[in-house]
Amino acid sequence: MALYSEKVMDHFRNPRNVGIIEDADGIGEVGNAKCGDIMKMYLKIDDDTIGDVKFETFGCGSAIASSSMATELIKGQPVSEALKLTNKAVAEALDGLPEYKMHCSVLAEEAIKNALDDYYSKHPEKRKEHSDESGKL
Amino acid sequence: MNIYADNAATTKLSRKALEEMLPYLEESYGNPSSLYSLGQKAREAIEKARAVIARCMCASAREITFTSGGSEADNQAILTAAELGRKAGKKHIVTDLIEHHAVLRTLAKLEREGYEITYLPVHENGIVRIEELEAAIREDTCLVTVMYANNEIGTIQPVREIGAICRKRGVLFHTDAVQAVGHIPVNVAEDNIDMLSASAHKFHGPKGAGFLYARKGIRLSGLIEGGAQERGKRAGTENVAGIVGMAAALEEAVSNREANAEKLTALRDRLIKGLAAIPHSALNGDAEKRLPSNVNFCFEGIEGESLLLLLDDRGISASSGSACTSGSLDPSHVLLAIGRVHDVAHGSLRLTLGDDADETQVDEIIRATSDVVTYLRGFSPIWRDLTTGKKEFIL
Repeated sequence: MALYSEKVMDHFRNPRNVGIIEDADGIGEVGNAKCGDIMKMYLKIDDDTIGDVKFETFGCGSAIASSSMATELIKGQPVSEALKLTNKAVAEALDGLPEYKMHCSVLAEEAIKNALDDYYSKHPEKRKEHSDESGKL
Repeated sequence: MNIYADNAATTKLSRKALEEMLPYLEESYGNPSSLYSLGQKAREAIEKARAVIARCMCASAREITFTSGGSEADNQAILTAAELGRKAGKKHIVTDLIEHHAVLRTLAKLEREGYEITYLPVHENGIVRIEELEAAIREDTCLVTVMYANNEIGTIQPVREIGAICRKRGVLFHTDAVQAVGHIPVNVAEDNIDMLSASAHKFHGPKGAGFLYARKGIRLSGLIEGGAQERGKRAGTENVAGIVGMAAALEEAVSNREANAEKLTALRDRLIKGLAAIPHSALNGDAEKRLPSNVNFCFEGIEGESLLLLLDDRGISASSGSACTSGSLDPSHVLLAIGRVHDVAHGSLRLTLGDDADETQVDEIIRATSDVVTYLRGFSPIWRDLTTGKKEFIL
């Protein structure tokens, strides 16, 4: 199908980092079944670095591929870098998404931000530290 | 193995139709409106095709108007009835919730122009209830339009009874029979039909050809201004090869109809039985009053587009009513109308078998669907919530 790029199809057919982390430091869930997309991200954070990341997704091909690519982009990265992840970066890394599927990349970004928020709710002191490092407020 | 299981979307052109079309694309390319013999040859082919189609429908040739397909025929039929109604001071139309968009959007346009539309429910089995239809007809009703068979869930409506009620009440009855013609018995006289839409590519004819049956005495409104083709009811040079191919395909479909229907019904039921064995799945639409080729299921916890893509990887072409495949935020209006909630409607799969289907194909579809559903459920957060008791199963 030429609906999606080869990269999207690769990540859809062989999604990376699928699963859950039992003792996750942060869990984020976005979307809802009514709209047809749910993404759930699990983060393990060690020494201010994304030590591990796993996801589960209910959704279309581009939702699964976006989740997979987003986990690849942040895995092993300092949290300050993960904070900077944008939906555009996810879409670009996938060699683009059809216009009407861009919201899938937005969901992936939001799922990660959501999981980080969950982590910060348990470690409030880290929020400023990471934000300063990533050059954001 | 390649399995084309999307015959409700379109069908393969029949060899016989192609062979009959070719002369009108090559040597006999004249304009049917031209008086020299090259043109008159094309004219004769069109009139011969009209007679063949009329015979297949139990109509007379003058009652068949050629169109570009089912959508145009639906538009023309509805706008004709609306215009006739307006002249008589009648601006109410009765339809149902699971019509094709060619009907629904035409009606929505009329609604904006001041017509009142009653949308009948179809209940869990996807079929209109006769008593509700009869109760919906009013003094100012100018049209009842109910499809013969549904394109998504394959349910067959009680067209003959609906037609009889419309006759009794003096209301025009139109049916979108795009999915029915060539597949199940359709007889405009016995079925009490005033107007009927059909499309060639749904019965192994070419794309871009269709027809509108309008009972003698109904004055059609034209949609396209121009020349006097189709007795002034459809301007534009005729799609000669398309019309010839449509007639050949219809004749073939009608003569093979009974044998195909018998074979497909058995295969359909085998497929339904196999898919029903997948846990937390459900058939959409009535199990018996449905097209011989149509199977439509919902699988809880997964989304339809990813299911289609993975089936495609296994050589199976199918379709879904999920939002992602419709390009909108909502899943299929048909699935919602039969009471499927959004969560479940996103996980739908439509399989429409072709005349060449056999048990090997059906068993491969069952195997592949079962594998893919299990795989996708394996990393679906909804499935996890359902299986860990955080959420209750719907199916």
